[in-house]
Amino acid sequence: MNLLLLIGAPLLTAVAVLLSRNREQVKWISLAGSVVQLAVAFVLLFAYTGERAAGNTAQMLFEQHHVLFASLNINFHFGVDGISVAMVLLTSFVLIAGVLVSWNIEKMTKEFYFLLILLALGAYGFFISLDLFILFFFLEISVIPKYLLIGIWGSGKKEYSANKLALMLMGGSALILVGMLGLYFTAGHSFDIMALSQKNIPTNVQYIIFPLLFVGFGVFTALFPLHTWVPDGHSSAPTAGSMFLAGISMKLGGYGCLRVATYLLPEGAKEYAQIIIVLSAIAILYGAFATMMQKDLKYINAYSSVSHVGFSLLGIGMLTQTAITGALMQMVSHGLMTALFFAVIGMIYDRTHTRMVNEMGGLMKVMPFITTVLFIVGLCSLGLPGLSGFVAEMTVFMGSWQRDDLFHRIATIAAAMSIVVTAVYILRAIGNTAMGPLKNAGYLQLKDAAWNEKLAAVILVAGILAIGIAPGWLNDLLRPAAEEIMNKIGGK
Amino acid sequence: MPNSTAIALIPLLPLAGFLLLGLAGRKYLKNSSGIIGTALLLASTVLALYTAYEYFFVYGRVNGVYQQFVPLEITWLEFSKGVSINISLIIDPISVMMLVVVTFVSLMVHVYSLGYMKGEERFPTYYSFLGLFTFSMLGLVLSGNIFQIYIFWELVGVSSFLLIGYYYDKPSAVAACKKAFIVTRFADLGFLIGILILSYSAGTLDFPTLIQRLTSPGSDEIKTAVTYSFLGISALSWGAMLVFIGGAGKSAMFPLHIWLPDAMEGPTPVSALIHAATMVVAGVYLVARLFPVFALTTPAVLEIIGWVGAVSAIIAAVIACTQTDIKRVLAYSTMSQIGYMMFALGVSSYGGGGESGYTASLFHLFTHAMFKALLFLGAGAVIHFVHSNEMKDMGGLRKYLPITHITFLIACLAIAGIPPFAGFFSKEAILLAAHENNKAIYWIALITSGLTAFYMFRLYFTIFWNKPHVIHGEKHGEGGWAMMLPLVLLAVGAAAAGFIPFGEFVSPDGKPIESKFHLGFSVAPVALGVGGIIAALWLYKKQSDKSTKLAASLGRLYKAAYHKFYIDEIYLFITRKVLFNLVGRPAAWFDRHVVDGLVNLAGNTTQAVSEGIKKVQSGKVQQYAIYFLAGVILLAVLVIYGWK
Repeated sequence: MNLLLLIGAPLLTAVAVLLSRNREQVKWISLAGSVVQLAVAFVLLFAYTGERAAGNTAQMLFEQHHVLFASLNINFHFGVDGISVAMVLLTSFVLIAGVLVSWNIEKMTKEFYFLLILLALGAYGFFISLDLFILFFFLEISVIPKYLLIGIWGSGKKEYSANKLALMLMGGSALILVGMLGLYFTAGHSFDIMALSQKNIPTNVQYIIFPLLFVGFGVFTALFPLHTWVPDGHSSAPTAGSMFLAGISMKLGGYGCLRVATYLLPEGAKEYAQIIIVLSAIAILYGAFATMMQKDLKYINAYSSVSHVGFSLLGIGMLTQTAITGALMQMVSHGLMTALFFAVIGMIYDRTHTRMVNEMGGLMKVMPFITTVLFIVGLCSLGLPGLSGFVAEMTVFMGSWQRDDLFHRIATIAAAMSIVVTAVYILRAIGNTAMGPLKNAGYLQLKDAAWNEKLAAVILVAGILAIGIAPGWLNDLLRPAAEEIMNKIGGK
Repeated sequence: MPNSTAIALIPLLPLAGFLLLGLAGRKYLKNSSGIIGTALLLASTVLALYTAYEYFFVYGRVNGVYQQFVPLEITWLEFSKGVSINISLIIDPISVMMLVVVTFVSLMVHVYSLGYMKGEERFPTYYSFLGLFTFSMLGLVLSGNIFQIYIFWELVGVSSFLLIGYYYDKPSAVAACKKAFIVTRFADLGFLIGILILSYSAGTLDFPTLIQRLTSPGSDEIKTAVTYSFLGISALSWGAMLVFIGGAGKSAMFPLHIWLPDAMEGPTPVSALIHAATMVVAGVYLVARLFPVFALTTPAVLEIIGWVGAVSAIIAAVIACTQTDIKRVLAYSTMSQIGYMMFALGVSSYGGGGESGYTASLFHLFTHAMFKALLFLGAGAVIHFVHSNEMKDMGGLRKYLPITHITFLIACLAIAGIPPFAGFFSKEAILLAAHENNKAIYWIALITSGLTAFYMFRLYFTIFWNKPHVIHGEKHGEGGWAMMLPLVLLAVGAAAAGFIPFGEFVSPDGKPIESKFHLGFSVAPVALGVGGIIAALWLYKKQSDKSTKLAASLGRLYKAAYHKFYIDEIYLFITRKVLFNLVGRPAAWFDRHVVDGLVNLAGNTTQAVSEGIKKVQSGKVQQYAIYFLAGVILLAVLVIYGWK
């Protein structure tokens, strides 16, 4: 399988969108393009599992090298392991759902879809890059469109939010760049991840570079206390923007924390693991408690995202194979779940023109489909078995519990306590919006989901169920990759 | 050997019902959904009875000992070698017994609901939720892996949530379903951590291996697990205790019982199924499932279980005497009876002749399922007739509801422990076990059995005797065959189930135990039961002010019991005042003002600095010339004086 397909398909779609003449064309071309990308992602999944089943044990499959700047040793180097495959699959799911829920965007439709697809392009490229320079390039590709998406199509204090998001992410990028250059110059002028992983980077250098890279990527994945762009960014972003931001962009950070920072700098990771654990345990609980007090649905999901991605970082900080597998599962699961949550919030907002939970009530009566999806996503968020969140969180807990000293035990128990707080805020949100007496008689006129919204929801729910009911396939995809990483780090 | 297909179909058929009715019910199966759900469950029940027959009478007993079988095991999620969540079917006396109880009561509720819920707008949804619950409960019962039981544990929790909140536009129902979910979730947190501890100690999640490793003295697992301790209590005791907390939450044991009375907001047949016969005994089942671990490895925890059960039994019985909503009386009565089951396990031991408590507990679980489901369904018929839950709106109903009256009376006699009804035998067995092992608990249980008879007959007399009934509006009958048939069948169970020689079939280690039965021993409990009935008769048979006078004379005690000993208020204080105001609000404020404030401060500072600097870049050539000149002078000064 040629990995360039993953970049070619969105690139072609983006060009086609730019060349199209009217709104209808833009929408259908985008949809067709995202269907193709979904298909490509599935082909990748089957090709990958096929190769593995055939006994190919190389760490990276389908590798490609193309020299870019020979003098600086910067190359296009692509390749995938199970983690990349899972993330590519996630991106294609979120993209198609994002395209579908934006069907009625009136303002600058062409530009909107172009930016959406550009974002996905950046994510695909990021997940398959094995050269830090190219990886960084794709990371930046996915930042700029977000600024525009929020600034132009956003709502509320959108300029402030767009600035804040872009500046904080740029700040993170700056740290990553410095860390990258540090690696480049200490490890024999190479940006190649596979080559760097073979090098012995001096421990004292690792201690300096690791925090730069981890914090840099951490900003993207809402590492406490650098998470504050999340609530503002989400609340101002258009629906598809929020879906991408939380569903994909935050995963770029988590992926980078693991693949770049932890994998390349294991000594640094061990040195700072306790700090990571403390910060993520704080994020998990504190995010959950802060969510409990929110009244705006988007703020609820934004803060709950801070809490949920905390599990990814916690899993990474625990440095056991199972915990890292769980962290990766949580990235996939949270990506699907949060995209769906924002999609549902968007659907509700389009109809009621409010996101305040106390202004709604009894929506189950008027929009059974949308509220059913809200129930499903809420239950996924609070970790109901059968849905993806449960699998991911339990894997993190099981993995964390293998660290049997008091510090790790307390951190795990603290994180586990969030399952109660999550239940409180989710049921509060659902109870106040979907259940209870109908507060506004005008709502009786509202229509349930249209075809595009139903399709988007069904696609994401299918993903959530596929992980929740039969987690084995995802486990098989991620666990060997996590094992490779753990082999490098050493430990259980 | 067990037929794994037949056994797997028992939970899968209700699941099929859930999916079919959930996806297509609203549009296509509006009227037939009840029949479809009931038919599927009938098939399940037949399979369960077939499995029970085969197990107990054909293959289950080898050399006089009932064996444990795991006919199916699928690896669902592997964590590491040997540690994985397996979806399996476990077949042993307690799981087979539970299969029968769950399918039978669920079938009765399905049939009953055909009449009771007729004309409901969300009829298909109701039946699909019933299917989901039945599937989850059967999956829980058949779990051969501790994480599998947790999975289904959560699923029964959510089905209970959905069914309590069935009338979703009623604020009280919404509050009740949230409360039920959150309180049990809190307990499940304990369960989860308990699972982590036990599985880490045992190196497996499968029940048979886990129990075997944690109960063999001198095994490596035990040694390591005992050396780890926290606050002076060994890791294993922590694990066992936390697992029990999960069970206590689900089984509404004090002080985690507060959700159960509120759960009565759900439709009455749901209360009969979930909150009387099946889900609420899941905690008892869990303790029974892990009984060897509790009894052999952590006897101290088992003793705590006994006391929690006893305290719950008596507190609930006292509260039940004062409540006026018939479903709430029944809810507290359920809590009290589960308390019996719990302390019966607590006073039991594994091997050495003390196993009778274990058998008695599960015996009582079995008979209680019959008579309590019957009581709830009977209460449903009454509520259906008078359109109210309040006892003051009832009275003299025996003339209008003859079948309900007789079956309700049978159930009351059964729960009061009057021979020869089912409750007599199982309660007698429990009291005997308590008498042998823990005298203090025995006395508590004895007093409770008197109270039980009193509050049940208080209910009975106020509903069916007391004042004559005044019919408001149009008069309608007792409900069709759909509602009456389950009452009659359950009444047969409540009257006759006691004659099953339970000790033959169910014991901790599969060996039959002899049922000890002394006529002399039964005198005291039966006399107390009869005394309770007579007291109720005297107070409530005819309308009078005797009961109000009695309540007034009890003063504070009555008031405290009426207000459920203010436990709800304590919880409200902790959640509203402490958690929301002292944790949640500050966290949200801190985030917006401190953390984000710092971010904004960084932004504003940068902006202010650049505002200052940007004046330098003014575009005026003369200014640049001055800067240039100043720079040259500065350099010159530096060069001249700094050179040395």
